[in-house]
Amino acid sequence: MPERSIQAPIPDPTTAPFWEAAKEGRLMIGHCRDTGRHFFPPRGVSPFTLSPNVELVPASGRGTLYSYTVMRTATPYVPAMVELEEGPRVFTNLVDVPFEEIRIGMRLRVAFRATEGGPPVPMFAPA
Amino acid sequence: MSLRGRACIVGAYEHPTRKAEDKSTAQLHSEVAWGALQDAGLSKDDVDGYFCAGDAPGMGPLSMAEYLGLDRLRHVDSTDIGGSSYIAHVAHATAAIALGRCNVALITLAGRPRSEGQATGTATRTQNPAVPDDQFEIPMGRTVAAAYAMCAMRHMHEFGTTSEQLAWIKVAASHHAQHNPHAMLKKMVTVEEVVNSPLVADPLHRLDCCVISDGGGALIVTRPEIARSLKRPVVTVRGTGETVKTHAGGYNDLTFSGARWSGQHAFEEAGVTAADIQYASIYDSFTITVLIQIEDLGFCAKGEGGKFVADGNLISGVGRLPFNTDGGGLCSNHPANRGGMTKVIEAVRQLRGEAHPAVQVKDCGLALAHGTGGLLGHRHGSATLILERE
Repeated sequence: MPERSIQAPIPDPTTAPFWEAAKEGRLMIGHCRDTGRHFFPPRGVSPFTLSPNVELVPASGRGTLYSYTVMRTATPYVPAMVELEEGPRVFTNLVDVPFEEIRIGMRLRVAFRATEGGPPVPMFAPA
Repeated sequence: MSLRGRACIVGAYEHPTRKAEDKSTAQLHSEVAWGALQDAGLSKDDVDGYFCAGDAPGMGPLSMAEYLGLDRLRHVDSTDIGGSSYIAHVAHATAAIALGRCNVALITLAGRPRSEGQATGTATRTQNPAVPDDQFEIPMGRTVAAAYAMCAMRHMHEFGTTSEQLAWIKVAASHHAQHNPHAMLKKMVTVEEVVNSPLVADPLHRLDCCVISDGGGALIVTRPEIARSLKRPVVTVRGTGETVKTHAGGYNDLTFSGARWSGQHAFEEAGVTAADIQYASIYDSFTITVLIQIEDLGFCAKGEGGKFVADGNLISGVGRLPFNTDGGGLCSNHPANRGGMTKVIEAVRQLRGEAHPAVQVKDCGLALAHGTGGLLGHRHGSATLILERE
């Protein structure tokens, strides 16, 4: 199955470290120092408290499939929500899996994919 | 302060067009404004409050006040919560009227996505670097259809909802649309035809999706004293609610919508329950939108929506909850990709007894209009309105 070409993400000053880590194949997530909870997407503020007392931390890159769809466009692809081991659900794509083998709850691992001239983006494949 | 009984809808107009190649968006706004004022028996110079959302070109109320010649405005509001905006605008207009900030509020919506050839549901948009989510979502091929399909997939997983149950929602809408001469899809469809139509985004088929149409609509909201001096039946605002639901940092439950909260507020303000509602306009960008909102509004328990919508339960004269008797967005009209305006308009028609006789709910005294704007599976606005005939 051919894969679609992927738009390059446009980093902003707050998210630049996330995308720098992506270039090295590392998935980072937000961490709220006040509540101890992780969040996604990363940002300069805690979505739980509005405090700026947040940091970017490495994620395990492991998770399970929460939901998905198959976009039946000219080159079909699989938008998905993946629940990370750390808690947050990430809007992403599933790759390297035949459509008929996709099951909600299946175990996944991060698989970065190249984009059109930008940093790679975190997609997920069967673990 | 409760908004119950503080204002009335006295003008409602839906543009008959579904394709407006020969008109500008501003022109469509002007035509629906004219239609609603004519319907109310009021004139432009009576308008001292104006409400519009993101479909209005330029700087919203500034550009539109200029084009429409609104020169007596004392109150403006351009709240944009996507397609649910216009339902929220009725509440905001009611609040403004209750506070004495305006007497006659005009709300307009118009757009022409069909003429402009937008692949509304299946195309990925371009990133806006200032929108914080775009860099994480657009490269993933975020589309409108995918955002709703992921909700449907999860709902099926948790509750056993089926494609056939979702199809019943389109079937019910098509039963109503056959009586609407302006509807884009006037042909009645069967459950089999819906589930056998091509998949757009699994598990949603082409016939699970709404139409893409040009057009618009407008409403006039005014003080009860003015409403009673006019010739039209008086439709009173009884309950209102609105909210925004987000990914919440990554802890979003895709089986719920903001209707759970906006609906609760509206019912509390109105002092009624879902069981009292005789007619419901339920936002229908996709069949799954209807099903999830019906649950969240309390017409049935969470997870029971599939059973509730099946077997014609949404068909006027057949089922327990007549919905979208104009054919809704699924079959009639979804102007500017924003369905909230037409939801209020059909509720007003029902309460006035002016719906098509084949779909008119007998002695309709209490109706609900509810909208979801934005993307159900990502962030969305939610607005609920309960209206009663005086």
